[in-house]
Amino acid sequence: MSDNVEIIGDSLHVVLPNSQHSVSFDSYALKSEAELAISSGHIRSIKYALAEGAQWNSLTLATIKGISEFADDKNIPSDLSSMPLGVSKILALTKTTVIDESRTSEKEPYSLFYTLGVMALAAFDQAKELNHFIGLSLSSFKRFFLGKAQYQRSDLMTFIQTTGPAALVIVTVVNLLLGVILAFMGAAQLKLFGAEIFVADLVALGHTREIAPMMTAIILAGRTGAAYAAQLGTMQVNEEIDALKTFGFSSMDFLVLPRMLALAIMMPLLVLYGDAVGIFGGFLIGTLMLDLGAVEYITQTQNAIGLTDIMLGVFKGSVFGILVAITGCKEGIMSGRSASAVGDAATKAVVSGIVAIILATAIFAVLASALGI
Amino acid sequence: MLDPKTAIGIRDLTMAYGDFIIQRGLEFEINKGEIFIIMGDSGSGKSTLLKHMIGLMKPKTGQILYQAGDFWASSEEERKVASQRFGVLYQSGALWSSMTLAQNIRLPLATYTDYSESDIKDIIALKLSLVGLAGFEDFYPSEISGGMKKRAGLARAMALDPEILFFDEPGAGLDPISSKRLDDLIIELRDGLGTTIVIVTHELDSIFAIGDRGVFVDADVRTQTALGRISDLRKSPPSPKVAEFLSRSSK
Repeated sequence: MSDNVEIIGDSLHVVLPNSQHSVSFDSYALKSEAELAISSGHIRSIKYALAEGAQWNSLTLATIKGISEFADDKNIPSDLSSMPLGVSKILALTKTTVIDESRTSEKEPYSLFYTLGVMALAAFDQAKELNHFIGLSLSSFKRFFLGKAQYQRSDLMTFIQTTGPAALVIVTVVNLLLGVILAFMGAAQLKLFGAEIFVADLVALGHTREIAPMMTAIILAGRTGAAYAAQLGTMQVNEEIDALKTFGFSSMDFLVLPRMLALAIMMPLLVLYGDAVGIFGGFLIGTLMLDLGAVEYITQTQNAIGLTDIMLGVFKGSVFGILVAITGCKEGIMSGRSASAVGDAATKAVVSGIVAIILATAIFAVLASALGI
Repeated sequence: MLDPKTAIGIRDLTMAYGDFIIQRGLEFEINKGEIFIIMGDSGSGKSTLLKHMIGLMKPKTGQILYQAGDFWASSEEERKVASQRFGVLYQSGALWSSMTLAQNIRLPLATYTDYSESDIKDIIALKLSLVGLAGFEDFYPSEISGGMKKRAGLARAMALDPEILFFDEPGAGLDPISSKRLDDLIIELRDGLGTTIVIVTHELDSIFAIGDRGVFVDADVRTQTALGRISDLRKSPPSPKVAEFLSRSSK
């Protein structure tokens, strides 16, 4: 038994060593020693004292609290009269400070079934939320076409600017390189048949029908969808959305509608631009590396695609734009009210936006072949 | 150098945002173990003064002295060490939202002390029970009410057993009952732990209930216009504006 814990008669004397900033003691050893002595059964009271010249701090308090809670269970009283007055005051405070809220501190336990159940309910709720949001968007669009929607025209212009022209550089880079990649991949195979000229068909068809709409939409999901989610989420945190509601503005009309319109308007235009850039990428490879004539390549491209192909791509682009707008705005407007919730909203917006784009691409592929477009 | 009984000394402090002077010529001392109130009208820079004292803003001229020395004349490393000796309760708690209450208190403890993991756990439980939040360790800030966030913020501010506790508008956003309970808690903590307490507030009920001494910073003349015991300032205010400020509640 160490010097710090001593049994005198039926009383246990606990001496607390010096503890202050940057000096601490082995509270675990002290506690276990005291608890061992208490468990021996013939202790009737516990007297605490501070070692000579010692300072006390939270560790001292936590140690006494630990020992006396152990002793309380066995109805052994604690005597703090030899400790500084502050110690007993603060320890009394830990017991008396009232919780001024009615809620309990009990949390649901974590178990496999509980977690699974929560996840299932969350998935169900999300589907419901999405339905609800789409319904709200539709009625907002209806008000827009009837000219009753309240929103700021300048907002719409700003969103059009940030969604379209501001994204031109990244759209150019990605589509140009994809045109180049497509041409290279095609050339490697078509060379085997001496049919290099069909690179023009491949690039023109592949790019306008599939790649330009999909890749442009994915760029915008990361660029604009995430931005919308973060903007609306932050407005939620700042209670800006509540403020709009109390002034009688519909948050759907005021915040979501202009964002959706901006994406729905700009996406087809960006896809059209992406088509041109992608075909130009293929043209560069065809003329510079495959020794095809410029006029020959252009004529081949003209023969390969018709208006239907271009319009299909542009139509897909508008649909993807709306999907990106829906996921971005929905996550934003339904975001929680903390910094991490806004981050979650942005992440969810991008992930579900990209998944929605890929799913829609697959559906379009099936429909196009069934309808023979 | 500071008298051993003094916790903080402010010497000829001028605060400014760029060229815009907020306050000049501030000069006062805060004694160890007292509850010191920084009061003033809106825009007087009382929160800015707090930011200077806790190291978030650098004075334009003048000194802020702690027992360890001139705060802003010391190196960044020394300032970091000095900052561990005080705790700050921000206006709305400023709990880190991605962490539970226990993790919020744990971070400074695990970073700046050598306590073992089980000691840290015990200390977290102690601090939370001190503010009436025993058992709320695993709650996230978003799961508790505003008043509870403030209490949890206080538990975090006390994590490292600070010698000085700063409070920015402790009563703001609390109902009168919670606000009164927080005031009582502040007094109990001062009496029990002997902590020096600096409070920025304009709530008269709190000022009269718990303040020992205080300073009044004036937005119009941009300097301090009153300094001393709260009860003396109330009885014989040095300027009409201080009189008006301190008498509003009794009207």
